[in-house]
Amino acid sequence: MVKPLSILETEELTYTYSTGTPFEKTAVDHVNLKIEKNCMVGVIGHTGSGKSTLMQHFNGLLRPTSGRVLLDGEDIWADKKKLRDVRFRVGLVFQYPEYQLFEETVWKDIAFGPKNMGLSDAEIRTRVLETAEMIGLEEELLERSPFALSGGQKRRAAIAGVMAMRPEILILDEPCAGLDPKGRNHLLRQICDYQKKTKSTVMLVSHSMEDAAAYTEKLLVMNQAKLFCYDDTPAVFRRTEELCSMGLRIPQIAGVMHTLRQKGYDLPEDIYTVEQARDAVLSLLRKGGGAAC
Amino acid sequence: MLKDITLGQYFPIDSVLHRMDPRFKIIETMLFIVLLFMGSSFWILALGAVFVLLARQLSNIPMKMIWKSVKPILHILAVTAVLNLLFIDDGDVLFQWKLLKVTEGGITTSLFMMIRIVLLIIGSSLLTYTTSPILLTDAIESLLSPLKRVKFPVHEMAMMMSIALRFIPTLLEETDKIMSAQKARGATLDNGKLTERAKALIPILIPLFVSAFRRAEELATAMECRCYRGGEGRTRLRTLKAAPRDYIGFAVCLLFLAAAAVLNILL
Ligand SMILES: Nc1ncnc2c1ncn2[C@@H]1O[C@H](COP(=O)(O)OP(=O)(O)O)[C@@H](O)[C@H]1O
Ligand SMILES: [Mg+2]
Repeated sequence: MVKPLSILETEELTYTYSTGTPFEKTAVDHVNLKIEKNCMVGVIGHTGSGKSTLMQHFNGLLRPTSGRVLLDGEDIWADKKKLRDVRFRVGLVFQYPEYQLFEETVWKDIAFGPKNMGLSDAEIRTRVLETAEMIGLEEELLERSPFALSGGQKRRAAIAGVMAMRPEILILDEPCAGLDPKGRNHLLRQICDYQKKTKSTVMLVSHSMEDAAAYTEKLLVMNQAKLFCYDDTPAVFRRTEELCSMGLRIPQIAGVMHTLRQKGYDLPEDIYTVEQARDAVLSLLRKGGGAAC
Repeated sequence: MLKDITLGQYFPIDSVLHRMDPRFKIIETMLFIVLLFMGSSFWILALGAVFVLLARQLSNIPMKMIWKSVKPILHILAVTAVLNLLFIDDGDVLFQWKLLKVTEGGITTSLFMMIRIVLLIIGSSLLTYTTSPILLTDAIESLLSPLKRVKFPVHEMAMMMSIALRFIPTLLEETDKIMSAQKARGATLDNGKLTERAKALIPILIPLFVSAFRRAEELATAMECRCYRGGEGRTRLRTLKAAPRDYIGFAVCLLFLAAAAVLNILL
């Protein structure tokens, strides 16, 4: 039954907050999903569309009101004792993860997860060093107190704490919130490199369509607690009108390309990043194709 | 979830009791407590029960919520009842086993105490169900304002209270989030030996304290930026105004109290 390629599935997953009170709110509504192995998945949607709630189901922090979450074809709630293993296999980095730092040194904080997994000291050591390098934390920072780091460094240390568990699926809830543009790109590139190196699945919750376009292979779009679609990134951005009606938009550069095409320039479709656009425009110019004007 | 703990448990619907002046509601709740403690006759409790039922009717609070307010004290209730039952030695002995004996007086007292506590809890939770914490502190400030004459820092106290109340849900939410984040890293919070459990609290408490201090500092700065300088000369966005229904409610309250006094003399 289980397709070999998908690692995480949901069946009619539904979650309601504060059932039976005036604050009742269905945050995830009958979601059916199949997430592949070794894939960079973007998760987009308006604020309050249920992205964070959905993500917290994947590692068993929230229990579905109805429906199931399957990891490798097994219901994660079938055996409560295995739930902790699920959390090691599906790593979740919350929004503003730096607020969960607590150890005396960055090293110890990154080692917290691996230690809970019961790994040997030698293994923990390699993981901490490897992860710190991947995420761009210099070795001398590891002996400092996490509270003495800069904002960006704190964020990296907190993300490293989850990455060090080497989960099969790493979920990052808006990892770039509150970082400057340069820091954002840097961090996203490192996350991408991590994904390629570990061949795991990374799910990236993001507000920025530009980031989604540049760094993800597939996109999961949430709209008002429902799954709007889950498809290849270009295929999703082709549905411009529907995205706009949900209050989302396509990347700015895609809009520019769209307008240029309408004006008669011979530019290919499916251009969603500035780099692609630059190449396309340059090759058009080389062909001397400014002719439409 | 942690947030489901009812605390300052305002139940936001519209009803007569919700619209009443919070100052009157506080005083009436106090009078109600006085009534419950006026005598040791079951008639007094019956009077209290009628009063609570009346207030419940006016408040539109669902019975489920009333039950929810009583539920947390059930075991305290049970313990008091058992202690009263076993240690009050008054009247006929109904049942004896070695040193333990149950007397008639014990049964009546334990029953009486149980009903009294339940009524007390329901009455005071009706106050917090129907009054938002902010209104409650406003009312307390207003009721205590005569103490300003003797240099008691009424405004400061009320401000501290409203800030504390304002941040209880925030801190609970934050605790929830931190707990989830540490659980996501494999922290175990609910098993192991006592020392292990105490140790398991460190990853929760440290971030929580750090964030509480950060919030306090941010709030202080924000208040200073808006030129907060204490209560002197401040006017209010919501001023408390008594309406006819408040006086009627108060009169009804006094009526009940008078009835209790009469009962007390007669019985
Ligand atoms: N702890 C909570 N209690 C009650 N409602 C919540 C809670 N967390 C989120 N919600 C509600 O659930 C909905 C989805 O929230 P969330 O999953 O955080 O959305 P997103 O991450 O897409 O912004 C929102 O309407 C939000 O108000
Ligand atoms: Mg969110």
